[in-house]
Amino acid sequence: MIKNITIGQYYPVKSPIHDLDPRTKITCVFLFIVALFFAHDYFSYGLALVASLLMIFVSRVPMKALLRGLKPILIFVVITAFLHAFLTPGVEIWRWKMLKVTQEGLNQAIFTACRLILLIAVSSLLTLTTTPISLTDGMEKILAPFKKIGLPAHELAMMMTIALRFIPTLLEETDKIMKAQISRGADFSSGNLIKKSKALVPLLVPLFISAFKRAEELALAMEARGYHGGEGRTRMRVLKMQPADWVSFGLVLVFLTYMGYYRWFK
Amino acid sequence: MSIEIINLSFIYMPGTPYEKVALKNINIKIKYGDFIGLIGHTGSGKSTLAQHLNGLLKPSQGSIKIDGTDLWQKKHPSREACRKVGLVFQYPEHQLFAETVFEDVAFGPRNLKIPEKRIPDLVKLSLEQVGLDYEEFKDRSPFALSGGQKRRVAIAGVLAMQPEVLVLDEPTAGLDPAGRKEIIKLIKEFYKSGKTVIWISHNMDEIARMANRLIVMYRGTVFMDGSPQEVFSREEELKKIGLDIPAAASLVRKLKELGKPVPGKAITVDEAYREIAGWKEGKVK
Repeated sequence: MIKNITIGQYYPVKSPIHDLDPRTKITCVFLFIVALFFAHDYFSYGLALVASLLMIFVSRVPMKALLRGLKPILIFVVITAFLHAFLTPGVEIWRWKMLKVTQEGLNQAIFTACRLILLIAVSSLLTLTTTPISLTDGMEKILAPFKKIGLPAHELAMMMTIALRFIPTLLEETDKIMKAQISRGADFSSGNLIKKSKALVPLLVPLFISAFKRAEELALAMEARGYHGGEGRTRMRVLKMQPADWVSFGLVLVFLTYMGYYRWFK
Repeated sequence: MSIEIINLSFIYMPGTPYEKVALKNINIKIKYGDFIGLIGHTGSGKSTLAQHLNGLLKPSQGSIKIDGTDLWQKKHPSREACRKVGLVFQYPEHQLFAETVFEDVAFGPRNLKIPEKRIPDLVKLSLEQVGLDYEEFKDRSPFALSGGQKRRVAIAGVLAMQPEVLVLDEPTAGLDPAGRKEIIKLIKEFYKSGKTVIWISHNMDEIARMANRLIVMYRGTVFMDGSPQEVFSREEELKKIGLDIPAAASLVRKLKELGKPVPGKAITVDEAYREIAGWKEGKVK
């Protein structure tokens, strides 16, 4: 039941985007989002939309999987769009008592919705095409220069890896304990808020106990295998930039430059 | 009185790349009063099947009838029918949560809205069924008990709901020999009191000694279904799907192969002992 959560989960197919270096993907997504904020009219938003669709197409992730991830934020997008449509001052085009929609408001609403959707779509494309492990690997590499000013890059990456690694395990555990308690007649779905939160005790207590136990065991197992932090640690998969990485990097840079140029110089 | 599983199929996470067919076209009829051993490799669908028996999972296709009532007639499984089947999960001690043993065992009956007056009696009865003294254990914390005791408290928590059928998923896994013995003893007692037991295991030696019917699962289908003698006589097929026969059966068959005068039919240690003792006596005479 609980296993059906798939938001932003890695989508295992082979594609040029899946094969890119995680560092490339992280930087490109970042640059793309910056470029997205340069957009200010129909042409530039249209361009961003086309670029995003192109990336999605190349990634071979089906639209369905991507849209499933967008569903939870849809309400947020709709509300934001409505607020923009009704609250922006300008030339009135539609009116009902106190409420009025302006041309500027309508444009703003469309732009904001477009920006939000593209923002989420592109960043979820990152998690859909990159395994959590290589994602954190990439993060660690990107953050490595900041070690000099005291940022614990390796530790952060390790924490992230472990946290991500244990999400499915914890979900599975939750599922199992939930089922066990339902077998004993527990009811997690009906009743008012107080009753519902009370019903969670038989789920949360065993869950916490096993999580702490697991953490201790993991720490022990890591130390037993000589883990002592990032100092002098080598990796099994060494990240290496391929020609394809430079090409995609270049494409995104061109896109960013053009969006900036279009915004300020045209 | 019976449980009927009709054309049952189950698919995990349908419509995603992680889709997996866990059960395919299962047809089983379970009579009350049977001791069934459900065996199969990891991932063969045993546990998934067990979770269908008390309405935890909804069949993708097919149906389950308990005493003639279809579990999934409505949107929610029939509670009446579900409570007849008590399910003991793998490592059931992981589900303990209450401050005292009493509270934990009482969790099930309370959920069934059994009057508070009757609960101490029920808890006492089920603790005794699992061989734990009520006065000694009721106020202790379940987390301070030994592994075997914890597991017995967890089983008592299921027994307190007074099921007709007890389904146990590898109830002896991870216990020391003494704990193992205790569990086997209490399940035997439960069975002798006229109830039905479905025991999921891949320990053939334990299963051979207890069950009177074996259901072998393989890749989500019923691969074999019959008495332990029948099933274990098909050694080759079992080996092909990665299962073994009990050590005792293996021994007497080996002896027979070597030309020793034993029938080679034993599957439990006791039977093997009798065969070998018979052979030795014959030799002495």
